[in-house]
Amino acid sequence: MIYEGKKKIWADYQKEIPEDHYFYVRSCIRQSFFPASEATFIDITKRQLGKDIFETEHHTTCGGIAYHSDTIPHETVMTIIARQFALMKKYGYENYVCSCITSFGLYCETLETWREFPELQEKIADNLWKTCQLEFAKPKYLVHASDLIFKYRMQIAAKSKYKLINKQTGLPLKVVEHIGCHYSKMFPSKGVGGAEYPYVLVGMIEAWGGQIIDYPERRHCCGFGFRQYLIKGNRSYSVSNTHKKFESMEPFKPDMIITNCPGCPYFLDRWQYVIAETQGKTYGQDGHGIPVFTYEEVAGLVMGYNPWDLGLQTHQVSVEPLLDKIGIEYDPSAKYLGKNGKVIGEPKKPNCLK
Amino acid sequence: MKNNILVIGGGAAGLEAAANLERLGYNIILIERDKQLGGHLAKWDRLFPDGLPAQEVLDSLLDNISNVKCFTETDIQAINILDKSFNAILSNGITVLADAVLMASGFDIFPAAKKEEYGYGIYENVITNQDLEQMFKQQQSISPIPRAIGFVHCVGSRDEKAGNPACSKVCCATAVKQACEVKELYPDADVYCFYMDLRMFGRRYEDLYLKAQKSGVRFIRGRVSEVAQTADNRLLVKAEDTLSSKPVRVNLDMLVLMAGMRPSEAGHKVGIQLNLTTEDDGFFSAKDGMLSLQKSKLPGLFYAGACTGAKTLPDTLHEARSAAMEIDRYIKENFIKK
Repeated sequence: MIYEGKKKIWADYQKEIPEDHYFYVRSCIRQSFFPASEATFIDITKRQLGKDIFETEHHTTCGGIAYHSDTIPHETVMTIIARQFALMKKYGYENYVCSCITSFGLYCETLETWREFPELQEKIADNLWKTCQLEFAKPKYLVHASDLIFKYRMQIAAKSKYKLINKQTGLPLKVVEHIGCHYSKMFPSKGVGGAEYPYVLVGMIEAWGGQIIDYPERRHCCGFGFRQYLIKGNRSYSVSNTHKKFESMEPFKPDMIITNCPGCPYFLDRWQYVIAETQGKTYGQDGHGIPVFTYEEVAGLVMGYNPWDLGLQTHQVSVEPLLDKIGIEYDPSAKYLGKNGKVIGEPKKPNCLK
Repeated sequence: MKNNILVIGGGAAGLEAAANLERLGYNIILIERDKQLGGHLAKWDRLFPDGLPAQEVLDSLLDNISNVKCFTETDIQAINILDKSFNAILSNGITVLADAVLMASGFDIFPAAKKEEYGYGIYENVITNQDLEQMFKQQQSISPIPRAIGFVHCVGSRDEKAGNPACSKVCCATAVKQACEVKELYPDADVYCFYMDLRMFGRRYEDLYLKAQKSGVRFIRGRVSEVAQTADNRLLVKAEDTLSSKPVRVNLDMLVLMAGMRPSEAGHKVGIQLNLTTEDDGFFSAKDGMLSLQKSKLPGLFYAGACTGAKTLPDTLHEARSAAMEIDRYIKENFIKK
């Protein structure tokens, strides 16, 4: 591996990310899958770093899941998106940051479509006014939330309590980065580092002390793939994709996986349970899985957040071996306690996956 | 007094044209920006289809330019059109007044790193056709002994995304030649050629293709989609086999990218100074594409070789001779009193 070669490519794909003043839109599914991740993003950016990140309860889904499932037409999706952008303008912002990769890809696609077909943009602006009485606007800067954490990675590193280092060996943790397909595969110039060797998560891991490992199936889909999972009969495709990725990364013995997409951490995490229970195969050490994290969770861990406040108890793959490896302090007895101190319920233990 | 002819480029076209013009009695000034004469030919080991050593061809070309004034490591700093002549200021400080100029600026090899998915510049064992020729030339063996090697045709050629929809003409034959050479050196290795179409158009090129097939080279019609490194530092190459309509995955020890031709950047800079026109492919446009291939639209300026598009070595040499005749006719019509 020639690291300088990667640096040359990264230099070609740098996007402008403003330092501050963002209109933030959440993801539909992340709030169910990893609810603490978005809360952590808000807490890190607003409270810890003092940034102006505005959000409103009036924003909706971007329509991405319906769009990629072929259940609503493109024009409908574009009108929904136009409404989101109009809200941004209404609240006085011109920088737009979204939590979801599907949304990010769809926003890029929509903005490109409007650029290519101005008559369609005009029609959507008309639809927006007729349905919502909102003034059409486009963001000056569109970024994904991982772009912003990438931008703040050194500020986060400066406030870090832990590093992504094995405290026993002193060696950097070996980290697999998994980028959501819709982040830069469709529009390489819109992502930090491009499509082939994206830098957005690599930059975070390097800044926080870890070591990225490359593996052959790094660009392969996590297994969500919308219709691979949304259509029940296709779910074997979904788990097959995940299985392919884990088989490919296994020889590199990764300590953890970091992702920047709503679906990816969910499927990479949950399908490890299915693979373990159906095949008896686990990919971590001593019968454990490989823990999978969102970038906000990793940022939170290095900054010393309580793992259970980060929602790590909602993961299928147990995170404790990794926490121990880094030396992160935690209270095992508090794992299944809610914010109010009451037990939220403990899941049944799997047979194969520790 | 002999008329001065300026030849820009010391590759095969420039050398052959210079030799022919010298025989016709002209005073030739040849400039070459590299340290040595020969252009790409000097970097090649053997030539298709018969495996003729490139050095033999180059030596023959060099033997014929004994009276040509050659400036290596020299660029054109500025070039102006006078009444009927050209005034060129060279980077070595010398000024040349020439009655005709021959552009023989050739081509640049497509920068293979631009096809990011192939991993050139990222993985040590992804190399280009030119790199492999250098290895052959220096008799450098591949270590450890390879179990499998692949060749990717059309890297930066016939590729609109890469900005070059044109065929580079020589890559198919080069790939098949190199595949045969690799197979001879490492008979136990699996050798794969990933191609779109095989354009084996020249005399005995088809024989080369048959030889490759007989020696066991596997031809897979389809594009490579991605290259990655495995834990044991081999390459996992994913491609499509369009004949069987299936994806293909092979582990290789080395991947050779057949980087195509694109217009010479140095030649383009000179062309801008002279307002020379180019076609959509970026190569210079001839006065007309059928009857005046060696003439430019600018009187007194001529073309030879790959500066007007991808060409094989024999085609380049033919053009060089043709350009010499055109220049001779031009000088006689415009400068020699009847």
